[in-house]
Amino acid sequence: MAEFQVEMNEENRVYTKPRLLTDAVMHYCPGCSHGTIHKLVAEVIEEMGLEERSIGISPVGCSVLAYNYIDIDWAEAAHGRAAAVAAAIKRLNPSKLVFTYQGDGDLAAIGTGETIHACNRGDNITIIFVNNAIYGMTGGQMAPTTLLGMKTSTTPYGRDASLNGYPYKIANMITQLEGVSYVTRQSVHTPAAVRKAKKALRHAFEKSMDGKGLSFIEFVATCNSGWKLSPVAANQWMEEHMFPFYPLGDLKDI
Amino acid sequence: MAKIKGSIIVDRERCKGCGVCVVSCPFGVLKLSAEVNSKGYNYSFMANPDACTGCASCAVICPDSCITVYRQKASN
Repeated sequence: MAEFQVEMNEENRVYTKPRLLTDAVMHYCPGCSHGTIHKLVAEVIEEMGLEERSIGISPVGCSVLAYNYIDIDWAEAAHGRAAAVAAAIKRLNPSKLVFTYQGDGDLAAIGTGETIHACNRGDNITIIFVNNAIYGMTGGQMAPTTLLGMKTSTTPYGRDASLNGYPYKIANMITQLEGVSYVTRQSVHTPAAVRKAKKALRHAFEKSMDGKGLSFIEFVATCNSGWKLSPVAANQWMEEHMFPFYPLGDLKDI
Repeated sequence: MAKIKGSIIVDRERCKGCGVCVVSCPFGVLKLSAEVNSKGYNYSFMANPDACTGCASCAVICPDSCITVYRQKASN
């Protein structure tokens, strides 16, 4: 059989940039997990037909400019306060899909109080938590989720429990709260993981829309610039070091 | 003999040359080019286009959404 050339027409197109992602070039470093997670959010909202009814809350951190990249309505919260803002918006607009998009410095450090109380109240929002164990935007400082022994710009000899305390798993903590209906931990380091994470994200959004309570989806992510690794090496490092402490999978689904 | 073939288009100016697509391709189709785009990144390209099946693994993982995938069945 002779080799044939694939005709690049609309009929044969199987994958392209989701319509809701704008043409703005993302400011993220090459290989940053944020780009892939943004794409999943855009795809899921598009597939659910909620582009006119979605409100995202962007945080302070690397993803502060998320509103430039996904073409839905957004609000910008003060540092750490995204869950509180989302809860207020959802209560005033119960028919909207309201979600926050936060990093570990925002959600697990300055915003711990807001996060835990939103979870405890069981507001029908989705919290997307991108955990890369470092403060990426400000120059790679230690975050509460930084692993023991992990080098950052403020722990140059590695995180020491006697000096810096222990890392904590906020997803495991909030599974104890009755207002939370879905907690899962995902990653986007391989195509298979991305496809799985997309299903989890859709499930989380559906639960929010059905009024089942708060959904919390943690993405274990990389910060190759902060970790001083190449994007591919950062994914390998994450598999070897992050996954044993932050194992992937559903933690709660009721 | 493969009856399905794929092909991709990489938006070279949007590509940041992270190389995640290169290791994600199950058939070793992609490589980073020696040339750079206007921002100085070694963009990704199909070094071995005949092996592409259009599985879209590269496009699914691309953080900057710069890959469009096409797939076609051989019509004999």
